[in-house]
Amino acid sequence: MELTNSPGRPDLAQQPAFARPSRRNFLKYAGLSGLAATALAACNKLGTTTPVPGSGTGKSINLGSGDTGILNYAFALEQLEAAFYTAVLLDPYTNISPFEALYLADIRDHEIAHREFFRTVLGTNAIPNLTPNFSSVNFSDRTSVLTTAKTFEDTGVSAYNGAGSLISSATYLTLAGKIVSVEARHAAFIREQLSYGSFADSTVVSAQGLDTSRTPAQVLTLVAPFIVQTLDGSNLPTS
Amino acid sequence: MNLLDVINEIETQDPAAMDQPNSRRDIFKQLSGAAGKIALTALPLGLSGLFQKAQAAGPSTSTTLGILNYALTLEYLEAGFYKMGLSVQGLIPTTQEFDAILTIGTHEKEHVAFLQSTIKSLGGTPVSEPTFDFTAGAGSGNGPFATVFSDYATFLAVAQAFEDTGVRAYKGQAGALAGGGAYLTAALDIHSVEARHASMIRQMRNERAFADVTPWITLNYSGIGAVVDATYAAEQNTLQAGIQIVGINGYDISYEAASAAFDETLTMPQVLAIVTPFIVTS
Repeated sequence: MELTNSPGRPDLAQQPAFARPSRRNFLKYAGLSGLAATALAACNKLGTTTPVPGSGTGKSINLGSGDTGILNYAFALEQLEAAFYTAVLLDPYTNISPFEALYLADIRDHEIAHREFFRTVLGTNAIPNLTPNFSSVNFSDRTSVLTTAKTFEDTGVSAYNGAGSLISSATYLTLAGKIVSVEARHAAFIREQLSYGSFADSTVVSAQGLDTSRTPAQVLTLVAPFIVQTLDGSNLPTS
Repeated sequence: MNLLDVINEIETQDPAAMDQPNSRRDIFKQLSGAAGKIALTALPLGLSGLFQKAQAAGPSTSTTLGILNYALTLEYLEAGFYKMGLSVQGLIPTTQEFDAILTIGTHEKEHVAFLQSTIKSLGGTPVSEPTFDFTAGAGSGNGPFATVFSDYATFLAVAQAFEDTGVRAYKGQAGALAGGGAYLTAALDIHSVEARHASMIRQMRNERAFADVTPWITLNYSGIGAVVDATYAAEQNTLQAGIQIVGINGYDISYEAASAAFDETLTMPQVLAIVTPFIVTS
């Protein structure tokens, strides 16, 4: 079975961070992964779990159930974030400062690390590579890029916070905790680039001092416009 | 071999790998001296519950109460610290920075109130607020951070250490709260706010003087010095659930990025050892 971007393939993975293909190539690569999704879905029919993560017809991808489903849910969100920052740095916005370029590259690498971590943990249970849809983002405009980044980071934080109680394994829960605080650090950084003092403002933190948490259904609705495939979370745990 | 199985095997063979206290005896062995006294004075409630293995059905009420009182103690520390800092005329140099510290201090106060009411709603009794020595002098008022309220850089350094410790402390209890429903969610919702604070304090330090301090914890570097080594212990870890993150799957992920991509946990004894110098024992 061939995937366009399976682990260890000598494509993007083998290239230094600052010598990756142009955005045009990136989009070409991203577009191919839809085919990969179909291919993997077919292969997954050999799996033993029901429902099979990654199965589904057409553009729909089933995230699966139980802890595997939650890990796939996280994997999907990390794919989205990693793809976004990769695109941002392939062709940075106008007048990006060295400071912002450096830290956005840090964030990109963290998101790639998260994505590849989940891919590895999930093994054959992993959903296929998603195809991002960033048509609403103006990558040459700083505000457009950072506002989108803010949405992704805040959404990521709320997703992990909301998913914690759906994870049955204490080990996975702790691993999710190790990631969510880094997402929150990102969120606070991105927010400060847009507006000083907004790192934990009342749009994300309640009057009780609590951050936002969202159910998978809420999060999947928020990210749907950014993903070509439809993520089916109907088998995810709800309590 | 499926990596999920590997993780489960680690968990079965070595419960300590989950960063949870693995037996009551071990804990009390580690809690010698002053740290032990704090455990017994500041955390009288539900302590035994902390050593029960989290069941699929979720933690017992006593486990939850013990963790909430542990969290409350840390929130008292942070809330008291910012309250003091905000009250010192001229300590925080700009209005922007004052407002940022005020936002953080307000959240810590809200966390105190939230935890107190949650503990009561569970039928527990909130621990009372200890007397603090923010110089880390254990009551001498002349610890390593003697200038904490007269020197802004020192104030920010202590703030960073408190926030990063808080993030790690909450995370360290997540596993014990597994299946804890709304209580777990609330703890996670506080945890990520602490991480936002930590990121902000680090950005403020970066702007002031420490250009090598990142919003995230890179390796175990603090930009503060050996006095806070315990707060950053093992933050340079790059192995997650047995998976090496450096260069994972052929991607160009550096040692620095791999360490920063995951925050680490601190156990209760580790945290108690860190906060001990900040608490006045009578």
